[in-house]
Amino acid sequence: MREIDIKLKVNGLDYHLRIKPQRTLVEVLREELGLTGTKKSCNEGECGACTLLLDGRPVSSCLVLAVDAQGKDILTIEGLSEGERLDPLQESFLKHGGLQCGFCTPGMIMAAKALLDENPHPTPAQARRAISGNLCRCTGYQHILDSIMAASKAIGKKE
Amino acid sequence: MFIKRVPGFEYHAPASLDEALELLARYGRKARVFAGGTDLLGAMKRREIVFDHLINLKGIKALGKVRCTKSRGLEIGALARLGDLERSAVVAEQSAVLRDALNVIASPQIRNLGTIGGNLCSAVPSADTAPPLIASDASVTLAGGSGERSMPVEKFFKGPGRTVLKTGEILTRITIPNPPKNSGGAYIKLMNRNAMELAIVGVAVQLQLSKDGQACRQAAIALGAVAPTPIRARAAEKVVAGRVIDENLAEKAGEAAAAAASPIDNFRASGAYRLEMVRVLTKRALLKACERIREKSNR
Repeated sequence: MREIDIKLKVNGLDYHLRIKPQRTLVEVLREELGLTGTKKSCNEGECGACTLLLDGRPVSSCLVLAVDAQGKDILTIEGLSEGERLDPLQESFLKHGGLQCGFCTPGMIMAAKALLDENPHPTPAQARRAISGNLCRCTGYQHILDSIMAASKAIGKKE
Repeated sequence: MFIKRVPGFEYHAPASLDEALELLARYGRKARVFAGGTDLLGAMKRREIVFDHLINLKGIKALGKVRCTKSRGLEIGALARLGDLERSAVVAEQSAVLRDALNVIASPQIRNLGTIGGNLCSAVPSADTAPPLIASDASVTLAGGSGERSMPVEKFFKGPGRTVLKTGEILTRITIPNPPKNSGGAYIKLMNRNAMELAIVGVAVQLQLSKDGQACRQAAIALGAVAPTPIRARAAEKVVAGRVIDENLAEKAGEAAAAAASPIDNFRASGAYRLEMVRVLTKRALLKACERIREKSNR
């Protein structure tokens, strides 16, 4: 099969790549760009571990062909912090114990990030709905929810 | 289960519908069109569908458009994403029954990728957009080498995973006629959990009430996940037509709807349970639709 040249914009940086067209976005991020923050788990869109933002919207990157992500702003977990300064959501997950094993965490934070970008002060029900496509097998979700709601309050204080 | 990578294919990204149809005509059964990819990529990874040429339709901008006109109603391009439709003010205003369905499909991540055309073309008996579209008298338009043809959504499905689409044809748009005055609807999906779930039963109701909000002038009731294809429950519609819908009558309509269903037993639910739920949910959807119409006219 013919390889094709693509250009991806990830976390504000342009990458020029030559790939086979069947490569999914999560594969290319992890295997070509070394951005392993985005996790690959179920590989069929059920678990949400590979969640990242495409033009601000959360998507399962195991169900996106890399070639199809061209021309879009791709934001991964690596793009949230500025150097040592963490995103309010990352701070909040640390502070409120929103993780145990940590495997679902990048996807969880990206889903929550999409929510807070659109709606900085969601209700708990809206927050639950925003992470309804993300599975966590450790926490039971309550501390994740607490982390998101606390981050939402922190955003209010900074404004 | 270990899931493999997507197998190789030749990639095509046509910029126009004509170009896509030409590619489809050239490669025939060796090609598949690609829209949201949420069903297709999974099927490819599992090697359930094997082909040589992938034709990505997303570059055809006209296929993603949504517009609403007085003459033709709500026209939704087949490539419109479920999530964009869920957030669309026009869809919310024109079709509460469809919006109910958009709210409960899979997960936010899937809705931001999947398309309404893909939801129909996959032809899963539980496809959530199908019952609302059938209850709204919506039609689909298919484009092929020899031009376009249209048909009611109800006639689009032939069986699980099978539609009337011929090799070389592409579903291009869905049209929902403008609802008459004093009308509204509701879709209720029964699930084991609130996300990432196929419907155990889906019931869509679209009604028009008389001016005073009492008697039912027109009713359409459609069911998902209880037959090889989504179906319309016409006998149940006749029960309520011309009469005031109260709890009693809605209950009778529910019984008539259950009589139209022929659900299977599987790990999600038994057929007997599904029948019982058709009865209950048809009643609830009818009452909810009535309530919404009255609320709207009181606004």
